[in-house]
Amino acid sequence: MRATAPVLRFVLTGLVTLALPRFAAAQDAAPRDDVAQLRSEIEALKASLAAVEARLAALAAPPPAPEPLTSSAIPTGSSKVFNPDVAVVGNFLGAAGQNPSPGAPPSLQLSEAEASFQAVVDPYARADFYLTFGPDEVGVEEGFITFPTVPGGLLLKVGKMRDAFGKVDSMHSHVLPWTDRPLVTQNLTGGEDGLADAGISVSKLIPNKLVFLEATAQAYRGESEIFKAPRREDLAYVGRLRAYRDLGESVNLDLGGSFARGNNDVGPGFKTRLFGVDATFRYRPLRRAIYRRLIARSELVWSRREEATADAKAFGFYASGEYQFARRWYAGVRYDRSDRADAPDLTDKGASFLLTWWPSEFSQIRGQYRHTRFGEGTKADEFLFQFLFSIGAHGAHAF
Amino acid sequence: MKRHAAALALALLGTSLPAHAVNVVATTEDLAALAREVGGDKVKVDAIGKGYQDPHFVEAKPSFIFLMNKADLLIVVGRELEIGWLPPLVLQSRNAKIQPGANGYLDASLSAKILDIPTGQITRAMGDVHPQGNPHFWLDPGNGRRVAQAIQTKLSAMDAANAAYFAQRYADFDKRLAEGEKRWDAAMAPYKGLKIVTYHRSWPNFADRFGLDVMGYVEPKPGIPPSPAHTLDLIGAMKQGGVKILLVEPYFDLKTPNSIARETGAKVLVMPPSVGGDKAITDYVKLFDYDVNLLVAAIKETGAK
Repeated sequence: MRATAPVLRFVLTGLVTLALPRFAAAQDAAPRDDVAQLRSEIEALKASLAAVEARLAALAAPPPAPEPLTSSAIPTGSSKVFNPDVAVVGNFLGAAGQNPSPGAPPSLQLSEAEASFQAVVDPYARADFYLTFGPDEVGVEEGFITFPTVPGGLLLKVGKMRDAFGKVDSMHSHVLPWTDRPLVTQNLTGGEDGLADAGISVSKLIPNKLVFLEATAQAYRGESEIFKAPRREDLAYVGRLRAYRDLGESVNLDLGGSFARGNNDVGPGFKTRLFGVDATFRYRPLRRAIYRRLIARSELVWSRREEATADAKAFGFYASGEYQFARRWYAGVRYDRSDRADAPDLTDKGASFLLTWWPSEFSQIRGQYRHTRFGEGTKADEFLFQFLFSIGAHGAHAF
Repeated sequence: MKRHAAALALALLGTSLPAHAVNVVATTEDLAALAREVGGDKVKVDAIGKGYQDPHFVEAKPSFIFLMNKADLLIVVGRELEIGWLPPLVLQSRNAKIQPGANGYLDASLSAKILDIPTGQITRAMGDVHPQGNPHFWLDPGNGRRVAQAIQTKLSAMDAANAAYFAQRYADFDKRLAEGEKRWDAAMAPYKGLKIVTYHRSWPNFADRFGLDVMGYVEPKPGIPPSPAHTLDLIGAMKQGGVKILLVEPYFDLKTPNSIARETGAKVLVMPPSVGGDKAITDYVKLFDYDVNLLVAAIKETGAK
């Protein structure tokens, strides 16, 4: 519209100027009283031209343009913008009290320093690396590429990653609500590292009106705490089905069923199968979301381990609750009970009470009283404490 | 006959499709309200965060993944406001259209006037500071207009057949917003330079637009809860400055603000910073109607100058 206005104005002005000499020529031949008439005609033409111009101008008027901005551009300009988001999390653990078991934690240790590097790879993928530095070892906890938009609505991950079995297995130590992992995790599903392994993961949403439903299938090399792969074909498989539903804007329920299968350390052809069921109930009132929260969770795991003589069948579970009672304070409780995978007659039991203080999103201090009664009959009474601190990029909060 | 039936079905499908041609998901109710202003009944708009919820701490609930899975356009506030919860939702959406950098990802902050962009060295000793500037920019009606215009441009590109409709909707919104601005400016004009205190740094754009002077915050630093020492300092400064108005966002605890009010004689005003922050605030223009009325009534009541 803005472009056509001057053109039209030009054409109209041209018409008037072209018309003028003809009027002048007519003036010589015509009687003098015609001059007045011509003059009035020209005046009329001029008036209508002005009206047309005014209408054009009105039509072409641009919408009130917002004032130009000077301050909104994000500062960029160096190759640093392509650097990955880098963060380091320190997990410092302390323990006091008595624990006769060989796996008792030392008095003080920097249990883990985790460095994470995360960035978008290209328009099709992103990559996440988590390197962990422990007291005795350095390792790649996870390092995988994610293709979020594979055809078929799939989410594809390839690399070394934590497995999707249950809830706790996929969590890094620093996002756990405890200083330790539950007994069932340590006895049946691989402890600190879970079934973390090199593999391929595919997950898909199953749309329906009732619940959020997500199915995940993973294939791994089969070399982890639980599984051993002496041969190439000894792959391990993990499957998970997760159902989630909002029961209101503040309350929701998260249910899951998991399965894992792989070759165990007895020898080629001996399999271990794991079945798991988990349930999480969350309450968080939106208007007071930063002050109040309740999470209640339980996971049940059945392990079936093929051995030379007979299958070892073990069962374990934990039930836990965390309640945020002030902006920076959480209280928690957990009950543990688990058979041992290779000696199901031995059942470990435990109970923990926790108190967590969050100075900010980037640090937290936690104390845990833990009572354990081991299958052999020995007991442990410990006070565990943890300092968690992170620097660098702001990661997303776990849900 | 079969061909006729097919043609009829196609025609029906054809007429029913454009009714909700573009599926829009906005991270906040403010952006959703602006998208509704421009999109009218040619778009379907869902918001993720509620107006009475702290937008920094929305939970990444899986139910939001379904919404995002079906979205054609995702409108985000930007400036890292949603950094704690949006990235995993977008990643798990399995939706190529709304990945950052894709055509269906609209960062509203890129068309807005942004304040409080920190200069010099930034560290977390400054609290939970936003390195790219203050993300609460929608509280300036001028920014609402700019964002609405960006949405109009985006929707017109995505659904060219309705471009004229979106242009007309935008023009209508622009007119109503301009009328609103006249009302709000007139109501606020007598109080230029009025000193106020707010809980969080949610109001720099609002204060800038309406000539208020935010002289302190209940939070000692962004995202850091009130400390006794800071509260005492603030009480002293408020007494000295004669501050009578203390604005609190609806999602913060009122204990500290109330005790500050008792000491200073100031009035605690729970002022919603977002559409949906109160039941009466159903659209973007009503947000300012509500807030300006609330503020002017409180100023008159306290006799603040």
